[in-house]
Amino acid sequence: MAANIPTNAQAQGGIGVSVPHTEHEDHLHNDEHHEQSFISKYVFSTDHKVIAKQFLITGIFWAILGGTLSSLFRLQLGWPEATLEWLTPVLGKWVEAGKLNPEFYLALVTMHGTIMVFFVLTAGLSGTFSNFLIPLQIGARDMASGFMNMLSYWFFFISSVIMFSSLFIETGPAAAGWTIYPPLSALPQAIPGSGAGMTLWLVSMALFIVSQLLGGVNYITTIINLRTRGMSMSKLPLTIWSFFLTAVLGLLAFPVLFSAALLLIFDRSFGTSFFLSDIYIAGQALPNTGGSPILFQHLFWFLGHPEVYIVIMPAMGMVSEIMATNARKPIFGYRAMIGSLLGISLLSFVVWAHHMFVTGMNPFLGSVFMFLTLIIAVPSAVKTFNWLATLWRGNIRFTTAMLFSIGFVSLFVSGGLTGIVLGNAALDIQVHNTYFVVAHFHLVMGSSAFFGLFAGVYHWFPKMFGRMMDEKLGYIHFWLTFLGVYLVFLPMHYVGIAGFPRRYYSWTGFDTFSQFADLNKFISVAAILAFFAQFIFIFNFFYSIFRGRRATENPWQSNTLEWTTPVVPGHGNWPGAIPAVYRWPYDYSKPGAETDFIPQNVPFSQTQSSNMPYEREMAD
Amino acid sequence: MHTSEVLTAKEPGTGQHPYRLQLILLMISSSMIFAAYTSAYIVRRDEGNWLEFALPVALAINSAIILVSSGTMQWAYMAARRNSIKQVRIALILTFILGLAFLVGQWNVWGDLVASRIFFGGTDANPSGSFVYVLMGVHAFHLVTGLIFLWVVLRKSLRYEVHSKQMLSIGNATIYWHFLGGLWLYLYLFLLLNH
Ligand code: HEM
Ligand SMILES: [Cu+2]
Repeated sequence: MAANIPTNAQAQGGIGVSVPHTEHEDHLHNDEHHEQSFISKYVFSTDHKVIAKQFLITGIFWAILGGTLSSLFRLQLGWPEATLEWLTPVLGKWVEAGKLNPEFYLALVTMHGTIMVFFVLTAGLSGTFSNFLIPLQIGARDMASGFMNMLSYWFFFISSVIMFSSLFIETGPAAAGWTIYPPLSALPQAIPGSGAGMTLWLVSMALFIVSQLLGGVNYITTIINLRTRGMSMSKLPLTIWSFFLTAVLGLLAFPVLFSAALLLIFDRSFGTSFFLSDIYIAGQALPNTGGSPILFQHLFWFLGHPEVYIVIMPAMGMVSEIMATNARKPIFGYRAMIGSLLGISLLSFVVWAHHMFVTGMNPFLGSVFMFLTLIIAVPSAVKTFNWLATLWRGNIRFTTAMLFSIGFVSLFVSGGLTGIVLGNAALDIQVHNTYFVVAHFHLVMGSSAFFGLFAGVYHWFPKMFGRMMDEKLGYIHFWLTFLGVYLVFLPMHYVGIAGFPRRYYSWTGFDTFSQFADLNKFISVAAILAFFAQFIFIFNFFYSIFRGRRATENPWQSNTLEWTTPVVPGHGNWPGAIPAVYRWPYDYSKPGAETDFIPQNVPFSQTQSSNMPYEREMAD
Repeated sequence: MHTSEVLTAKEPGTGQHPYRLQLILLMISSSMIFAAYTSAYIVRRDEGNWLEFALPVALAINSAIILVSSGTMQWAYMAARRNSIKQVRIALILTFILGLAFLVGQWNVWGDLVASRIFFGGTDANPSGSFVYVLMGVHAFHLVTGLIFLWVVLRKSLRYEVHSKQMLSIGNATIYWHFLGGLWLYLYLFLLLNH
């Protein structure tokens, strides 16, 4: 199919014409400067770099929206007595007599979670960087199928439009939490958001899943089939390893979410009872019998847990890459890094029931899941240790990207520790569904993955747009954000341990919780300030696209292949032949070397002074 | 390019065409849907309140049909390798017709189920029946994509684009068709053993 797209068929070595890059194809596209129409160049583009930017810009849009929603519900939590009349111009009928509609509050929480987890940290993060970096770092002209890649973006786009439109319908958007547990999500009588809003949510997510599968299939195929000469799997940058395993997880986990969504659709609209049984609502008995809501949780979390690693693994890969570059040291434990990614990927499929310790599961089964869950701490700790060891006595360059990478490790550790608390069934039963859980996953997933995203944008911005982002603004952005997230999420542990439940609209009715009024106000202030700090980034980003300092080809003196392309790589990425690869990507500060970095495409014959004994053999 | 340089690492790639690999990945992905449904089936069944009923006999006939269609598909593939273009077309058309017959047969089974008061939804439905409809329906959806694929390959073969030097599309179609057949046999066996 892709071979029918005329502009690409000749330009891309692997677009389904043939796998190996021949010399002939390699030379074709430089002369390819015949004008492409605006539409085929920027809108329905099949160029991986353009698609990456499309994912990034869409992701930024969603992130602003997701952040706005959270500021709204933090207003409610921080100042439960205040009048929100002034929000009427924005929220319309959802403000009633100066109060936020309680059901709309739940819709805000639901949409915030959905948007952040799926649209920003899955599509925005993997979509951007897998697309941008895979071909550039493995030495390929483009993805295996540019056409499927384009479809992947446009399915995401349509899914986005549908999810966005659900914000404006009469009954409001979905309101059953991002985990859409039935029966709440199945019964429009239960909450207005489970009417049309939920239908749109399900349709949107189905399209989203299609988009993820199209993208993931392409990433895997590209990494397996289109590596340049010499780029064996053991010479891949860790970014590529992480994108690869992320795509594998997506391919195995998203279909299961699709299955669950389909059954939910049948329950909602076709009268089946997969998840519904013995329900009385408003004094009325529903006809449904025989369903099991717990079954939904199993299906959901079979996706849901791998999903959290789909979110974090790309960030892990990018952080590894950025740290090695900016510490001017080889990444510590390259193979252990790959091994731990593999370990995390495998384990992520066998721990899902740790989200369900309170569903009345057999305690023996609970212990099995507890055991498996706690084992994940091992590969996580291996990674953390390796990052710290990479920093240790490094010649650190504190670029903005490096700061965000270090911040990533900090947040990952802080949030990971509470994971170990939650992984113990006996403790989890106390704090399940409290703010303790919210604090856990916002540190370990939300904030960490966002930090990975920022690190990636600051680091690869020069290759994306040919200009540098402003470092000073970057520092301000980093410190405000770093302090901000800790100020928001550390206190949440405290209120969570006290039993403060998540997803509650109003807590003022409970005496035990009214002592937390000040703390809640504090969290809200910190959250809203941290949100506003993000506009520094937005400004820096868009300003630098047009006005930033011009970049050089390799501003960070990095080793990976993308930095061997022109300042702004054109269609086909390398004007001449694709460089071959001779060494791993982490030859930084190699003893005896003339420079403190040796790019992957430099043969050993040119680096006699620094070759190790076994490398000397390879040189001649 | 430094062609003089000795490259120690092996040449990249699996030797598989990207389309072949993509197909395999998509099949793995689809399998996860059925893995999810069949495990959900077992989990749900073990919770009790499970209506037992006998599967319509016609399912055995349909299974035979799809088994035979895998044979004709393989025939088309081997004929293409031998460059017997005519046989390729005949075998493809046969496979297509058998595929359609399978779909019609499945549709009729739904009729049989309804006749014996096993419903998909509604007040009288039990998940044990609904699951059978879902498994058959989602599989049928995949089979429709398989028929579209067959159609594309058939058109190619009418344009003399399927022969021993151009085996990619028919090779992929054959793999996919066997996958669909195998998937159905798995589902059928699963339902026989677990209802
Ligand atoms: C040491 C590793 C970790 C362990 C042992 C762990 C354990 C847990 C447990 C037991 C829960 C359920 C809490 C409850 O609902 O009562 C949980 C929730 C959660 N975890 Fe972790 N976790 C770990 C790391 C991570 C990582 C790396 C991420 C994401 C990148 C993550 C994301 C989440 C999310 C999103 C939730 C909450 C989902 C929800 O209920 O909305 N966790 N974690
Ligand atoms: Cu989990």
